[in-house]
Amino acid sequence: MAANPRQQHSAGPVAIEVRDLRKSFRVPEHRVDSLMERLARPLTRADYRTLDTLKGISFDVHQGEFFGIVGRNGSGKSSLLKILASIYRADAGRVRVAGRMAPFIELGVGFNPELTGRQNIELNGVLMGLTRRETLARVDAILDFAELHGFDELKLKNYSSGMLVRLAFAVMVQAEADIMLVDEVLAVGDAAFARRCMEVFRERRAAGTTIVLVTHDMATVQQLCHRAMLIEDGVIRQIGDPADVALAYNSLQFAQEMPATGPDGQAITAVHHLHLEHAELHGADGRPVEAVAAGDPIRLAVGLQAVADLAGAAARIQLRPESGLPVGVFDLELPDAIARGERLQLGGAIANPLAPGHYIVDCFIATEDAPGSLAMQHIRLLGFEVTGAATDGMLHLTHDLAAVVDGGGSR
Amino acid sequence: MSTESQSPPLLDVPGPSPFGGGRRRALELLWIIAVTDFKKTYFGTALGYLWALAKPLLLFGVLLLVFTQVFRIGSDVPDYPVLLLFNIVLFAFFQEATTTAVTSVVAQEGVVRKTQFPRAVIPLSVVLTTLFNLALNLVVVLIFILAWGVTPTWTWLLFPVFAALLLVLTTGVSMLLSALYPRLRDLAIIWGVLTTVLFYGTPVLYPLEVAPQGLRDVLVLNPLTPLFHLGRRWIIDPSAPTLGELGIGAWQLVAAGAIFASVCALGVWVFRREAPRIAEQL
Repeated sequence: MAANPRQQHSAGPVAIEVRDLRKSFRVPEHRVDSLMERLARPLTRADYRTLDTLKGISFDVHQGEFFGIVGRNGSGKSSLLKILASIYRADAGRVRVAGRMAPFIELGVGFNPELTGRQNIELNGVLMGLTRRETLARVDAILDFAELHGFDELKLKNYSSGMLVRLAFAVMVQAEADIMLVDEVLAVGDAAFARRCMEVFRERRAAGTTIVLVTHDMATVQQLCHRAMLIEDGVIRQIGDPADVALAYNSLQFAQEMPATGPDGQAITAVHHLHLEHAELHGADGRPVEAVAAGDPIRLAVGLQAVADLAGAAARIQLRPESGLPVGVFDLELPDAIARGERLQLGGAIANPLAPGHYIVDCFIATEDAPGSLAMQHIRLLGFEVTGAATDGMLHLTHDLAAVVDGGGSR
Repeated sequence: MSTESQSPPLLDVPGPSPFGGGRRRALELLWIIAVTDFKKTYFGTALGYLWALAKPLLLFGVLLLVFTQVFRIGSDVPDYPVLLLFNIVLFAFFQEATTTAVTSVVAQEGVVRKTQFPRAVIPLSVVLTTLFNLALNLVVVLIFILAWGVTPTWTWLLFPVFAALLLVLTTGVSMLLSALYPRLRDLAIIWGVLTTVLFYGTPVLYPLEVAPQGLRDVLVLNPLTPLFHLGRRWIIDPSAPTLGELGIGAWQLVAAGAIFASVCALGVWVFRREAPRIAEQL
């Protein structure tokens, strides 16, 4: 892999500065959207429900940084991107940007199926912030990049969807903005296109373009981003190391998967209903250890105390290397009802086929009476070393692969 | 630091606005969209332009027949056929531009919601495309006028004034309607009815002098009425009665002018006010 995912980006000058950004939408309970209705009932004011989408967001993105924004649907991340892109207006707060910014909220926006490929390039280039002259100078480069030479006089309605996506992406790449705002464009197209996108992002990243990427794909976040930010319910939940952000995101998803018995649409809360008393690894003699020899079982012991009554709780413990996705995910059943003040021990042994290195344990607890919320969340509950001779591969797996000479020539 | 000095300065993000993203970009977009739309309509299909021309000509033929053979209003009016053609082509410009503009912003939902698109470009490009169309139609009208035998006069030089006033009013109305439509979705139907009312409330089919005095006093408050009457005197029939001779006082013209100005100002004001929020209302 060309780019080292863990490489920290040294903080340069600020490219995007966001301060205390707020945005709410008024959602009418009963939408009056006709003049006749308005005239018929001039005095009734429509009832509005105010939806606070962003509740005071502040962060900086530095020049040359690849910055990821993650969050679940409805978390406010798309509204944030649209404010950055001057599509929505913020209610309060300030956004400042250094350099020319091009938003790519969706590939192929503004394409006109009745126009030829060349005419669409011209239109889209100007839309992306190039001047007409600059766009015309780039037409050949764009056609090259999209591998669409010979199709430029064809009307867009006769393009295949793959050709459309390639053309849109090519225009976006050739627009050469200082700052790219990208929303989920990787979700369209086939595998080859996705690979192409990743290549381009790596090139741009190496070339020092500031890129803000909104995505659901945690693998992309961990591979490409220097820093990432998790937005939930209009506030920044976590910002910084992409691996931590990815985990926080996954834990939110886990919380949401709990069966819903309460009212729907409840906001995510980070209330800790369980207090962490201790968490450690034990050696064979029962004493706490910091390291485990390769092959020895991992004996985990976690002590918790309930600070509120809990019903239908479930725990998830995750084992993962310092960078990367979990190698083991363990779901534990907890007692149906846990009274306030009761103590809880989570523990036991995990088989250890892990290659030597540094590993992390995370722990989440969700309850079914508060769907979508986490009763406890401990990212980096503890870290430990697996010691032993360095090997290739992530795991030691038992096997009986063998090479046998099976005679030769004809029978 | 050297990198600090090379880096562009931090500037406030402008937010959505009628001309967001720079005036030059807005003008380039306006031009490209209007030209491509125009080409698409008139050169994209076989006989494209002929069809576009056929519409006003057909209307003209029918109305000419009705008003010279059936109602006979036109028989007493000098040069009635060319007057009718001239009026129809110009009113069609106003009507087509405004009715297309009403739904234009909603029709362009994609670019409004997904890109930093200068909102005002959308209704303006509709007006500009229709203006290109008008320019082509006027060539035909001019040929008819000359062929009919109307004598060119120096007042023909005033035609740009007439056209500019009509363009300004059309633009103002288009901006007003396109900004309100996302919130008032029955506006397209209402405007369809209103333009029909305006068609009969403007001296297009009939010369102003045939209307009784009481009706004339009301009609002249429609800014299009004095405008079309002036157009008739300047281009087709310098011998037609002046507005003063028709019993229209200065204060009535001032009122019509005020209505003209306030419609245009309202259009710009409403559009500026709505532009930042349009993306949220689609």
